[in-house]
Amino acid sequence: MLKSVFVILFYQLIGEFTQKFFEFSIPGPVIGLLLLLFTLLLLKKVEFKVNILTKDLFNSAETLLDYLPLLFIPVGVGVVMHLSFLEDNLVSVLLVIILGTLLTLGITGFIMEKILTKIKSND
Amino acid sequence: MIDEQRLYIIWIYLQAEPLFWLTLTIGSYLIADFIYRKSNLFPLLNPVAISVLLVSLILIFFNIQYERYFEGSKFIHFLLGPATVALAVPIYKKWDLIVSNSKAIFISLLIGSVFAILVTYLLSLYFELPKELILSLLPRSVTAPIAMGISEIIGGIPSLTAIITLITGVIGASLGIFVFDLMKLKNMDARGFSLGLASHGIGTARAMSKNKNAGVFAAVGMGLSGLITSMLVPLFLKIISIL
Repeated sequence: MLKSVFVILFYQLIGEFTQKFFEFSIPGPVIGLLLLLFTLLLLKKVEFKVNILTKDLFNSAETLLDYLPLLFIPVGVGVVMHLSFLEDNLVSVLLVIILGTLLTLGITGFIMEKILTKIKSND
Repeated sequence: MIDEQRLYIIWIYLQAEPLFWLTLTIGSYLIADFIYRKSNLFPLLNPVAISVLLVSLILIFFNIQYERYFEGSKFIHFLLGPATVALAVPIYKKWDLIVSNSKAIFISLLIGSVFAILVTYLLSLYFELPKELILSLLPRSVTAPIAMGISEIIGGIPSLTAIITLITGVIGASLGIFVFDLMKLKNMDARGFSLGLASHGIGTARAMSKNKNAGVFAAVGMGLSGLITSMLVPLFLKIISIL
């Protein structure tokens, strides 16, 4: 447990450092995510016996992600307490979200289905 | 006989420490999660929405400053960063699936993610929203810790982005099925992927509860769109600043 907590924090730390140092526009934790993903894929590639090492990491990571919704409460409350910021824009913002989400869902699903059926018919 | 003076002194002491706020936050979440499960995962009863409402009501009722609450609950907030790094694990576990469907996944991923940013931007312009609000809206379709990170870097308001992201998820999860039926999309993998890409974790949970394969593709869509959007949004802003 403690080792995997260290690994996750360490990758985030490297990510944050990289972001600040190179002034990347990608968030530090996302860089940490990418580095951890590359590390895991690399370990698999060289057939490193990762089981004992990664099992603990996988458990910790998945436990943390199980509680992901909980982590949004502190900021979420902030917006409710500061709703006045949205003022006259509340309806417009909701419309942007609703229309944008439904259109994105339709387009993405449509393209994916077209490609998948094309690949299947080519086989 | 209750000594009110004493109770008040104890309260003054407790509200200055994280203990009370952490207990309140986790307690509210447990209640909200219980309601959500009892409702058979009904999207509008999303546990984040319910628990945010519960905590807010308590703060308003007792007239407590938000800053006081945030100071106490920031240990929970801190975990968003590590949770983003932890997303590497589910993506790693689905890697073989990503590789074997790479063509369909990457084309849909690219078009879907670009479209999500573009449509949000154009709609925001249409409604003449202020710049700060547009910047907070742009990363809205990806998982909240990543969306907040993007928002902070491009000059949006991360906490606002968090709520916008949450609403996006709830909308996608509850209305997505109508869009798919309307467009006569039958492929479950495509439906799932689209849900994950456009409405992140909440959409993924919805897909998972309907169809196992759709759920796996949703998780892939959510993970990859989070990654690519954090590169696309800053790039998009650079391009429109040149135009």
